[in-house]
Amino acid sequence: MPAPDLSVYLFVAAILFVCGVVCMATKRNAIGVLMGVELVLNGANLNFVAFARYTSLGLDGQVMSLFVIVLAAAEAAIALAIALNFYNNHLTIDVDRADELQG
Amino acid sequence: MSVVRSIIDPLFRVFNDWAFWVFALTTIAAAIAVVVSQNVVRMAFWLIISLGATAGLFFSLDADFVGSAQLLIYVGGTLVLLIFGVMLTASGPFVKIKTSPGEGVLAALIGVLLLSLILYSACAVDWSQNENYDLQGRVASGFNVPAEGNTTHTLGLSLLSARPDKDLGSTTASLTSGYLLPFEIVSVHLLVVLVGASYLARAKRRKEPAAPQSSA
Repeated sequence: MPAPDLSVYLFVAAILFVCGVVCMATKRNAIGVLMGVELVLNGANLNFVAFARYTSLGLDGQVMSLFVIVLAAAEAAIALAIALNFYNNHLTIDVDRADELQG
Repeated sequence: MSVVRSIIDPLFRVFNDWAFWVFALTTIAAAIAVVVSQNVVRMAFWLIISLGATAGLFFSLDADFVGSAQLLIYVGGTLVLLIFGVMLTASGPFVKIKTSPGEGVLAALIGVLLLSLILYSACAVDWSQNENYDLQGRVASGFNVPAEGNTTHTLGLSLLSARPDKDLGSTTASLTSGYLLPFEIVSVHLLVVLVGASYLARAKRRKEPAAPQSSA
């Protein structure tokens, strides 16, 4: 097999990003929307680490991806707390039913 | 010993050649399965597979600490949290909330268009044009004890704003800046998130059951 280069990693990261965006847009389950966000952040992480390896960005890309991982964990904790609150108040997890603000 | 080595070494070489492609295909296929599957429990399973295979991609990019952090924090922490969310909310009809087929076709069309746009713009850039080739390969060289991985020391020092990977052997007078301030901001942010999440998810006192007892 040929050795991978930067463009192959960019391709994989682009597919991860698009899958995450489509997941965020189409899922009606709030937890599913959260999973879409995780996929998008993961694609961005893969780009950071790939540029750290193949360009002179160096270690900074890996530090950035560590920050992204930590912030994704924090975001998941808060979003899950909000989803549980919504489920307790409305007895559903369907984001289409969250229309009380008439947005 | 040498007999065992002569058997194992070619196996490792085959693994090194194929590992990236196996991990990349697994990542892509599992990400697509997350989008396609309608059952939220299966989505969580495919997300675990996708994120774990991405950790393998990180290892193949010489980022051993980031790959381990991905496995520990993402797969071991964040996804367990997500699965707890699924368990607490997936009662009966909410396990499968379907999107209509028309919306699915429209989303697939828009997704393919977005993917082609991203790939077109990413391929149009010559990433190696502005490279400073003196800096290339600095990550893996020096400063690190081999038994502790090839990025652990430099990553830890850069979080303390010491950058031997950029400053040692550099001809410029100024030092490269590190990440001490973002590190502190992230740590305070994690504390705020901890307090906020436990406040949002606290057990509420219900008023409905208490009312009949007081009237009776």
